Amino acid sequence: MELAAILALDVLNGVASLILLCLGLAIIFGMMRIINLAHGEFLMLGAYATVVSTNAGLNIWLAMLVVAPLFVGLVGLVVERCLIRFLYGRLVDTMLATWGLSLAIVGLVTTLYGNTIQGVPTPLGGFSIGEYKSSLYTPFLALMALALLAAVWALLSFTRFGLVARATMQNPNMAAALGVDPKRVYMATFALGAAVTGLAGGLMAPVAGVVPTMGAAYVAKAFITVVGGGAAILSGTAASAALFGFINQTASFLTTPVFGEVALFVTAIVLIRLLPQGISGRFFRGSL
Amino acid sequence: MAEIVPLLQTRNLTMRFGGVVAVDDVTFTLGEVELRCLIGPNGAGKSTFFKMLTGQLKPTSGAITFRGTGVAGAASHEIARLGVGIKTQVPNVFNGLSVHENLWIAARRKNTPARTRALVDEVIGKIRLSRKAEAIVGQLSHGERQWVEIGTVLAGEPELILLDEPAAGMTHEEVVRTAEIIRDINTAQALIVVEHDMQFIKMIAKTVTVFHQGRVLMEDTIDVVMRDPRVRDVYLGKKVAA
Amino acid sequence: MATSTRRAISLAAQLAALAAAVAGVLYAPAVVDLFDLMQYTFFAAMCILALSLGFIWGFGGILSFGQTAFFGLGAYAYAVAAINFGDSTPALALAVVVPGLFAAALGYFVFYGRISDVYLGVITLTVTLILFNLVNSTAGDEYRIGAAALGGFNGMPSVPTLNMPFDPETILEPEGAWLATAGALILVYVLLRLILASRFGRVAVAIRENETRAALLGYDPRLYKLLVFVIGGGVAGLGGALYANWGAFVSPTIFALSLSAEIIIWVTIGGLGTLIGPVVGCLIIEMLVARIGAQQAVNANLVLGVILVGFVLLLPKGLVPAVRDVALRGLKAVARRPRLPVGVEAVPAEKPSVAE
Repeated sequence: MELAAILALDVLNGVASLILLCLGLAIIFGMMRIINLAHGEFLMLGAYATVVSTNAGLNIWLAMLVVAPLFVGLVGLVVERCLIRFLYGRLVDTMLATWGLSLAIVGLVTTLYGNTIQGVPTPLGGFSIGEYKSSLYTPFLALMALALLAAVWALLSFTRFGLVARATMQNPNMAAALGVDPKRVYMATFALGAAVTGLAGGLMAPVAGVVPTMGAAYVAKAFITVVGGGAAILSGTAASAALFGFINQTASFLTTPVFGEVALFVTAIVLIRLLPQGISGRFFRGSL
Repeated sequence: MAEIVPLLQTRNLTMRFGGVVAVDDVTFTLGEVELRCLIGPNGAGKSTFFKMLTGQLKPTSGAITFRGTGVAGAASHEIARLGVGIKTQVPNVFNGLSVHENLWIAARRKNTPARTRALVDEVIGKIRLSRKAEAIVGQLSHGERQWVEIGTVLAGEPELILLDEPAAGMTHEEVVRTAEIIRDINTAQALIVVEHDMQFIKMIAKTVTVFHQGRVLMEDTIDVVMRDPRVRDVYLGKKVAA
Repeated sequence: MATSTRRAISLAAQLAALAAAVAGVLYAPAVVDLFDLMQYTFFAAMCILALSLGFIWGFGGILSFGQTAFFGLGAYAYAVAAINFGDSTPALALAVVVPGLFAAALGYFVFYGRISDVYLGVITLTVTLILFNLVNSTAGDEYRIGAAALGGFNGMPSVPTLNMPFDPETILEPEGAWLATAGALILVYVLLRLILASRFGRVAVAIRENETRAALLGYDPRLYKLLVFVIGGGVAGLGGALYANWGAFVSPTIFALSLSAEIIIWVTIGGLGTLIGPVVGCLIIEMLVARIGAQQAVNANLVLGVILVGFVLLLPKGLVPAVRDVALRGLKAVARRPRLPVGVEAVPAEKPSVAE
């Protein structure tokens, strides 16, 4: 009975983590069709921003919820202006350039902070389920994942920016004819995606090993989750995160973490084969 | 007496994209070595019809037979091997390759190297691009690229040739030349030609099929079609009962 | 200049270059010291890997993020087979066949499954990760194939060295390893050139240019892409075996994402769409990485990343095409120099008078 509760918490953790990892990428890939291979490094920068500012004395909540997204959002803005905007429409070149960017960022962080850094403790403490101990951080992450989904949904559905962004993504020429500058929309959307990713990285900092190369472990997972989700950036990503997270955690629980990862990848490949347009190609069609 | 199998026949052919019916219950027959013109305003379903004939789209319902063989939903390369060639509305050529290479690829599939060489020379002469044989197709003018595409279709030596707007973007001289090529082709092969240029249609047409909103409005000789007020109305956008 | 003359000259030049390369390979052990020769052997194995991606991507239009999967499979297949058979000859063959079969299965899944080419990159990347995870966890003694323990994250030490075909007693010394590896590189290059000149190769390139038109002409694009992908897998596998032979060691790091990235960098900066480009790119980057690795001042990742970004922004076609373009433009300028009729003297332009 308690074991079931622990497994449920594990699954919740896995799904919430995936949602957080993927949301920024879903925004950038889903709305702009840009394959940002530096996504893992945006996560890493968010984690580093949190760790560095917390170690410098800043309150951890401020570091995670304010500093991380602001910093990485700014980085995203600079990256879009200086690199991405020259490569719109050049899919493969964007992939190559962002891969080069990811290498450069890893190299830069390694140069500045070395291969390891003093981490931050997990806040909130723990609780017990029978004989098993669990962390309160897990339900907190789940809450944050939900809150972030809701916030992005509200932003896209109810604000002027959201409307303009969705319109520009669907038909930039039409939007331009109506007086919107697509370039500024792209810039803002990329920065938004980066900020969301930075926030995710900051939230992961207490529970992940913060090293310059931490991004590599997440990039592939994030991409296949977004690709598996399909065109609907919120419902699709949430659906594939739920599916993959469940399978990953359950398989890990039953066998080993390694096979849990393998199970996730195999599921993703099978899913893409069966539903080439992703989950939201068949279900949740037309939703955000 | 044995029934003559038509070269191409569609029966109740329909294509639906979600709620839009692009081709609506079309029954169409074409005989061997026949030349048919297909006209109708934009959005009437002509290109969609062609795409179903060549395997680029899978029909929602209905049948297509080529010399009696069912081909609805078959893959493009399978239909091409049966003997159907198409010059598409948006040019589909190998832009990065030379004119010669484009034709060579087309000719080499079912011919020996020696015959391929002869065929390529023959076709390149027909499309009058011998001097530009080594030119990269992407750098040619729009009219020349259309001819290269027609050339690749010819080099495949198909029984049925579909031409989707072959005169688009051509100068008057080029249009006259294209009409010549079509008449020349028609001595041995069947063609269906989609066009908007009425002068061009008049140069080549015998029987004309008029499409409107996915259905066949009428099918008759060019003179009868041109005189019919419904055809004029359809082009002017007025509502006409099929 | 007539096409046939140009073609004859081009062919002669290529044959001359080939002869020079073969001569260079044979002569190298006499002039290069052993340490450098071993370095070059490593480079040659990597160049074979570079050729595998250069071929399938530059000519087949297939961007695979997982050539390392086939490279690693080839290395492991060679190691396991060499240990079990005691003879490197079947091991080398298996190093080509096993990745080839794997490529056939994966390729069938992707190309016949109507999966878009963009997702191919994601899937090949994922497969590489799966392999890494799987092989990494085979550390226990129970994970063995025949007599060979897989070793997990520890890797497989003492990978048997290449021997003369079917003659396990005669081991190929360091010079022999160089000759075998560099020789294989030249052989693979020539083979790929021949494939590209054949009807199969020309159709594969046409499919890359316009898949729709190729299908409308009666060619089945899925089959061609599958075969191109399998060839790439086999070539990468061969490179992997020669790499395992060079280091006498193979471990799961061969499946690392960083190597996948490097291959793409080699091809991009060397020149996509050429065969010599990936080789050039590989040599430049690997020599650079070796130099940077030896010093502490600048981080290797940073340098590689900046180089890649620089090339994508400034020289997207890569080095070899850029050099070729410059050379061609130079030749054309020389050929176009106006020639005066005989008997007329050139009148020098008026020189501006020097200010007093």
